[in-house]
Amino acid sequence: MPALSPTMTEGNLSKWLIKKGDTVKAGDLIAEIETDKATMEVEAVDEGVVLDLLFKEGEANIPVNKAIAIIGDPNEKVELKKEAPIEKVIEEKKIEINIETKIENKKDDIIDTPSPKIEEDRNLSSEEITMRQALRDTMAEEMRKDNKVFILGEEVAEYQGAYKVTQGLLEEFGKERVLDTPISEHGFTGLAVGAAFKGLRPILEFMTFNFSMQAIDQIINSAAKTLYMSGGQINCPIVFRGPNGAAAQVAAQHSQDFSSWYSQVPGLKVIAPSTPYNAKGLLRSAISDPNPVIFLENEILYGLKGPVNNDINFSIPIGKANIEKEGKDLTIVTYSIMLQKSKEAALRLKEEYNLDAEIIDLQTLRPLDMETILNSVKKTNRLITVEESWPFGSVGSEIANIVQRDAFDYLDSPVIKVNSADVPMPYALSLEKLYLPQVDDIINAAKKVSYIK
Amino acid sequence: MKKLQKADYIKMYSFMLKIRRFEERAAQLYGMGKIGGFCHLYIGQEAVVVGILMTINKNDSVVTTYRDHGHMIARGLDPKRIMAELTGREDGYSAGKGGSMHMFSKENNFYGGHGIVGAQVPIGTGIAFTHKYNGEKNICRTYIGDGAMNNGQVFEAFNLAALWKLPVLYIIENNKYGMGTSVDRAAAGLDLYKRGEAFGIPGEKVDGMNVFSVIEAADKAGKYVREGNGPYIIEVQTYRYRGHSMSDPAKYRTKEELDNYKQTDPIEIVKAEILKKKIATNDEIEKINKDILEEIKNAAEFAINSPFPKDSELYTDVYL
Repeated sequence: MPALSPTMTEGNLSKWLIKKGDTVKAGDLIAEIETDKATMEVEAVDEGVVLDLLFKEGEANIPVNKAIAIIGDPNEKVELKKEAPIEKVIEEKKIEINIETKIENKKDDIIDTPSPKIEEDRNLSSEEITMRQALRDTMAEEMRKDNKVFILGEEVAEYQGAYKVTQGLLEEFGKERVLDTPISEHGFTGLAVGAAFKGLRPILEFMTFNFSMQAIDQIINSAAKTLYMSGGQINCPIVFRGPNGAAAQVAAQHSQDFSSWYSQVPGLKVIAPSTPYNAKGLLRSAISDPNPVIFLENEILYGLKGPVNNDINFSIPIGKANIEKEGKDLTIVTYSIMLQKSKEAALRLKEEYNLDAEIIDLQTLRPLDMETILNSVKKTNRLITVEESWPFGSVGSEIANIVQRDAFDYLDSPVIKVNSADVPMPYALSLEKLYLPQVDDIINAAKKVSYIK
Repeated sequence: MKKLQKADYIKMYSFMLKIRRFEERAAQLYGMGKIGGFCHLYIGQEAVVVGILMTINKNDSVVTTYRDHGHMIARGLDPKRIMAELTGREDGYSAGKGGSMHMFSKENNFYGGHGIVGAQVPIGTGIAFTHKYNGEKNICRTYIGDGAMNNGQVFEAFNLAALWKLPVLYIIENNKYGMGTSVDRAAAGLDLYKRGEAFGIPGEKVDGMNVFSVIEAADKAGKYVREGNGPYIIEVQTYRYRGHSMSDPAKYRTKEELDNYKQTDPIEIVKAEILKKKIATNDEIEKINKDILEEIKNAAEFAINSPFPKDSELYTDVYL
């Protein structure tokens, strides 16, 4: 009795299409079987003579894998295994309490190189450049090094980039390597993923990450999963970059923060730079990485100026957080634009409440540098997370979970998350301000974990 | 087009038969619980992929849908390892992590095996983009089911391929049903091959039960694409004898319709040609049949004896 659906356990023999003594060939229909879902025809796979029919037409509830007929060579003695119980493919595994090892990164994933510190960098430029230029320069440097790197997206070439991040690239690299696409995210994302499967190293610019939703199937089902589904054969070296999160009064459909969406996906790496310095180092690592990388920029930060390291090989390892400011009283974990607000909050916390906050800039969201976070919490015993994402299942939620699991005894107060409001982004300036985390929200959270009224 | 040699006829017959025997055996293993999940069989459609196979270069790329077992066999991949993927074993092409719908062989330029309807179309277009970017003369053959022809990303890909003159040959395998919905209930306008017209992509319709018609069309289309003229669409009219997947009894169509198609069985057509042209005798064909049956039997044996992937494999191949 063949299993004719993934859930079938027994079947009814509706009709024999052969009789004893018939000769059957592979592919001949032999019976009609009624399953839990429908009546289906069954074909012979082997050749031979029908030696015996073991069930009559109309017999019901025959267990799957029970022999129903014998087909063979009449001159050979057939030994019948009356019942070959369906193979239970995997024995019910004992549920071992090894949840931790399941969540934990593998040993080889742990990066030993620390994130370089800007204050210790001896190659720091005397000139300050914008984040926009830092990103542009890094792409140009990598395109000069490797002909396989190319950039595509809406308005990246002739228009020079919707936010001018690709300025001058068309002139230097030509239209074969800097490609304006139609407004067709699903199509050109799939195309770029295919190109990456075939060995190119595309940098794909989303005009904003809001439009990546049009293409999210290609990002997750194709880019992120194919290495695994191909047993390690086909990798996808691609960078998806562009502005993420709120800009200024562009309202609900153009303001979403996607950091936790993408960080949830195994197979993707997710980066969120906060300064020109780390944007350069992290984008270089992203372009050189053999895996798909989501590179979440921020429109408001494009104009942020700062010194950079101009060495064309300078990079910041993926998976390493940066301790932006050391402190002893509480830990603030943040990333992207919220670093600026956290720094402001830290200054006021010191002045107004004499609280010495340690600020961790995650830089990479996946893989998450939990070691740095846990070490900090073990020192300060208090933690707040600050991010622009919606609160439900945010990056902060995962950090809070891991901290309560791995550093429970070190905590002197519950972890508090500071997020955007749990609503679509409003248009009105006043409401937009209410929606986004503000310095006061961070200060209030810091006071709360410190039990200051 | 170059004349078919005697050996070509034997090759076609053997590949088509091998696909059919493989699929029948896969159905049996599915029935025995050795293959799980979804399993989409190619029985009835053999002439499509084998016809195309006769016109390709080794360095051309292929990408297809989840109905991919036959495509892999036609690509010359080892039935043992294909079957071992179906049984979810270590020796499978994806080391047991992909299954029936997600199989790949990079060294043979076979880029899947994709489980999401339509997703393979932009991907194949991107592979063609790479051939052009690298200045190669190779083309990418991108197979599309009739069901995907109503999927938006397909047209986005058509637009890009035509806009950038990419060397991609789109092959629509029109087997009349997207799962249980017949083409006329899903598509406004039944001439799927004309759906590239707006983009300036030429298209034609071909009898997909007849391998010789497929070869003729594929040869012409392949040359057009290889010469740098941009994409081309072939709509191949075919039919799957089985349901959409293993658990589909195909109630949405009549037995007469199925029997009608079986009258034009693609394998029988080739066999008749071979006998008519006296390329092989009945006995010689019987010998081929026996050898293939044996090979597939061995593949099944191999596939159920190959070990399951090690537990530690759960965490490998997530990142390179």
